[in-house]
Amino acid sequence: MARVIVDVMLKPEILDPQGKAVEGALERLGLAGVASVRQGKRFDIELDGGIDEARLAQVHELAGSLLSNPVIEDYRVKEVPQ
Amino acid sequence: MTVGAVNERSVTVGKVRVGVVTFPGSLDDSDAARAVRVAGAEPISLWYADADLHDVDAVILPGGFSYGDYLRCGAIARFTPVMAEVIRAAAGGLPVLGICNGFQVLCESHLLPGALVRNERLHFVCRDQRLRIEQVDTAWTSGYASGEEILVPLKNGEGGYVADDATLDRLEGEGRVVARYLDLNPNGSRRDIAGISNERGNIVGLMPHPEHAIDSLTGPSTDGLRFFTSVLQRLVSA
Repeated sequence: MARVIVDVMLKPEILDPQGKAVEGALERLGLAGVASVRQGKRFDIELDGGIDEARLAQVHELAGSLLSNPVIEDYRVKEVPQ
Repeated sequence: MTVGAVNERSVTVGKVRVGVVTFPGSLDDSDAARAVRVAGAEPISLWYADADLHDVDAVILPGGFSYGDYLRCGAIARFTPVMAEVIRAAAGGLPVLGICNGFQVLCESHLLPGALVRNERLHFVCRDQRLRIEQVDTAWTSGYASGEEILVPLKNGEGGYVADDATLDRLEGEGRVVARYLDLNPNGSRRDIAGISNERGNIVGLMPHPEHAIDSLTGPSTDGLRFFTSVLQRLVSA
């Protein structure tokens, strides 16, 4: 079993109203000095069998097409050692 | 024009087939089909899992919440079998109108630039919205006068149109902003953009709902009907 994490975040220049709402809530609940909150998505993918370069390339391709929208989001793929 | 010519024309109109796609979670497919019928064409139901456009002359991607808006609005619908055919046919010039969720699907498919994101103040907005039609040289807006103001319902939670400045400048420079919000910007869309087209003008995406404004009994106006008669005129005269 191989495990790959894909993190997706809105690009810095895209307004993140959800992050803003969370930022306000953190402040209301007493956390001082919140400069900024951005909310993203994490995909935790488990793959049967090992992971080779071809498979990793496939994950990258789908991370950039299905899991994220390159117009508004950036993604990062991370292999997790088992 | 002679009476005979008028009759001949109306017979042709009756044969125009406008496909309306139903995805899992589509809501406004029935209203879109009704608008097509009221406009004088024949609505054809297209199913998301069927990789076949059944010889339609135009396609409407309706509003709703395809795949529950999971992942991103329109992101999963974009990869359905019917969309592979829509993308192929749209590239060949087939008129395609995406309304609300359909607009999101068109952006996710990269048939239109930019993306739709959460409304600026996170509220779902449902109101009768005034728009200005700015581009009438498209398959779907040729029945309007340039600069005409219309009133149609708007209902969305993720209707904020975003694109980078270069893309927005290009859209404005090329006259591809089809409609803009008037009075107020309901969702934080950049430059008050409510709808855009591709370079060729066969593909239009629109956040508000013209199909809900075709009958004074159920809508705030009948201003929306001309989106559907416009494409009919285009197809009949083609």
